[in-house]
Amino acid sequence: MKTFRRGGIHPPENKLTNDCQITELPLPGELRVMLAQCIGAPPRPTVKPGDRVACGDRIVEVTAFVSAPVHSPVNGIVKKLEPTRTPQGIWQDSIVIEPDKENPISYPEPRTKEETDALSPKEIVEIIGDMGVVGLGGATFPTRVKLSVPEGKSVDYLLINGAECEPCLTCDNALMKEHPEEIVEGTLLLMRAAGAEKGIFGIEENKPDAIKAMKAAVAGKPQLRVVTLKKKYPQGGEKQLIFATTGRIVPAGGLPIATGCIVDNVATAYAVYQAVRLRRPLTDRVVTVTGPGLSNPGNFLVKNGTSLNDILTFAGGLPDDTGKIIAGGPMMGRAISATDSSATKGLSGLVVLPHDEALRKPEGPCIRCARCVGVCPMGLEPYLLMLQADVKRWDDMAQRGVMNCLECGSCTYICPSNRPLLDMIKLGKQELRKKK
Amino acid sequence: MNKLTISLSPHIHSSGSIDRCMWNVVIAMMPALAVAIWTFGLPALWVTLVSVTACLLTEWLITRYMLHRPSTLTNGSALITGILLAFNLPSILPLWMVVIGAIIAIGIGKMSFGGLGCNIWNPALVGRVFLLLSFPAAMTTWPSGVESGFDATTGASQQADASSGATLLTHLNAGDTSLADYNLLDMATGNINGSLGEVGGIAILIGLAYLLLTKTITWHIPTAVIASAALFSWAFGGNPLLDIFAGGLLLGAVFMATDYVTSPMTHKGQLIFGAMIGLITIIIRRYGAYPEGMSFAILLMNSFVPLINRYCRPTIFGEKERRAQA
Repeated sequence: MKTFRRGGIHPPENKLTNDCQITELPLPGELRVMLAQCIGAPPRPTVKPGDRVACGDRIVEVTAFVSAPVHSPVNGIVKKLEPTRTPQGIWQDSIVIEPDKENPISYPEPRTKEETDALSPKEIVEIIGDMGVVGLGGATFPTRVKLSVPEGKSVDYLLINGAECEPCLTCDNALMKEHPEEIVEGTLLLMRAAGAEKGIFGIEENKPDAIKAMKAAVAGKPQLRVVTLKKKYPQGGEKQLIFATTGRIVPAGGLPIATGCIVDNVATAYAVYQAVRLRRPLTDRVVTVTGPGLSNPGNFLVKNGTSLNDILTFAGGLPDDTGKIIAGGPMMGRAISATDSSATKGLSGLVVLPHDEALRKPEGPCIRCARCVGVCPMGLEPYLLMLQADVKRWDDMAQRGVMNCLECGSCTYICPSNRPLLDMIKLGKQELRKKK
Repeated sequence: MNKLTISLSPHIHSSGSIDRCMWNVVIAMMPALAVAIWTFGLPALWVTLVSVTACLLTEWLITRYMLHRPSTLTNGSALITGILLAFNLPSILPLWMVVIGAIIAIGIGKMSFGGLGCNIWNPALVGRVFLLLSFPAAMTTWPSGVESGFDATTGASQQADASSGATLLTHLNAGDTSLADYNLLDMATGNINGSLGEVGGIAILIGLAYLLLTKTITWHIPTAVIASAALFSWAFGGNPLLDIFAGGLLLGAVFMATDYVTSPMTHKGQLIFGAMIGLITIIIRRYGAYPEGMSFAILLMNSFVPLINRYCRPTIFGEKERRAQA
């Protein structure tokens, strides 16, 4: 079994929704589609109130290289262009669409196998860009940009990240169990687009059904391989996954492409399949909604722009003792302040924590137990970085490699003194970015 | 609906806490304490109780009336210092000296630096060394009636003085190194003379096993200390087993060198730290004026911890590759 070597933790899995099949959420009365749904410049809307839009219509124009378009998830009418709160409570532009009651969904004719095979790598990259595919692991980096291999670099491996090392989340697991063939086809398309010879699926050992399904799907395709990974967080970190599956090490401060690897999430591979083969833009995704107090937790297929309230109501409604809701997993996800915001491409999960698990424990002094140093997968010294941040010695933090931090949170998780190590590290990174 | 809590990730925390770490150490010290009471009788219990009470009281008075901070007694660290200090004392030490040792250990050794996590030297050892330098005679007077580790029939060099026995190391330091005179089984099971905590080799190793199983400490420091002491004992013509089981070497390697606050942050640093403690201990035992060198070795290496941390930083993942590329 493969794994990354340095650091790592073993948080309890709490994957309550492991056996839940993907269920489509009922269509809500209105969709508030956010304009900014990826890392990069937010696109500009090209529709106005009163316009009729069809399912899959592009409703924005992209203004920068690092950006991705968004599309209408339904047939319907544009009601308003107005700000919607992001899960973090910041008002951002969105397009409000009322779905057509009679005929809300219509899909285009898929490409035939022959048509798909005839596409050139460049055409595939273009389709992926046009269809608004972004990295669905959470970072929402435009996949088109990732596939634009710089001059002089070549790609040996296309790695598909099915580690899903975050506790609680099961959306990738569900996707791999239910759509292995489609994920494989998406992976082959990604490999063609990037010019990669080999494709590797990295899946943690705690997903035996997904491993079985993916192994069956890659049978007879010698260029593809499924690698079982040890259950250890953050196994799905890009650099950790590259090391575990290929033994290659990304130079500090470098990108995966420096080792001839591109890493994409399984959900991204599935979205690529839908975009290229089915001509369907990325307008929905699987979201794990879970928490000990929810009566109907599950893996839901959620349309882009669905209100978080609708999703939570479908999952059984928020329990009375709700103390915190996390967008994403409990290790790297973000606590949300507004449930009236809407689902975006980057939303992999909603984790509802009860009150007594929501608050942090009181902070104590650093007793130099060295656990944070031991668990850091990047070889940093979190205890020292926090002390430096306390006295605003940002340059010293840079010198100690703080920019290599992948913000996995292992240090804060393990600290017996409940010190907010990652908070202070993030602060240091932010200050250093500001200075640049 | 209730207000939602907003905080940065991660949103879950391990079950670990300072209290749990400290209480694990306290539990790990219990077998050694039991052996001490079995060997030395009730006086050992009194020394331990007085030491612990004085340590707790000193910490409470200082946090309450000098620092005006909430009490920190429940985290168990003062309790550990109290037990460790007692482990480093002879069972017949006058109790008022124990109290002075405790006040120095907590007051000077820990609180004067700012309390838990801020001290440079192991507090219990600061207390012990203070007592050793202030009351050298009382600190090296061992109870009579306890086997000194010599076979009575061949013990030509057995101390005639009935009021004070001798420890193995006293003889060793005097140049007496033949193993035939020492009963290793007695040394391992506590049937020898010495400070409270250093007599039960096997009990200390049981404590070590507990600390390792509960992941309270890692193997690096104890292993490095013991291996290095054995190696240099052999290199200097001694008997490695004797040096390991005699005196406070095991006690120091398991409970004192591993103190979080005063030991290095990386495994590499911990190995160097431990190996140096082993070496310095053996040098003091062989060539120094004192029969026992463990306390001084640990305190000396405590002073080097910041330097070790500076030179034994972990390598950043991918840093070697970055350099190779540049």
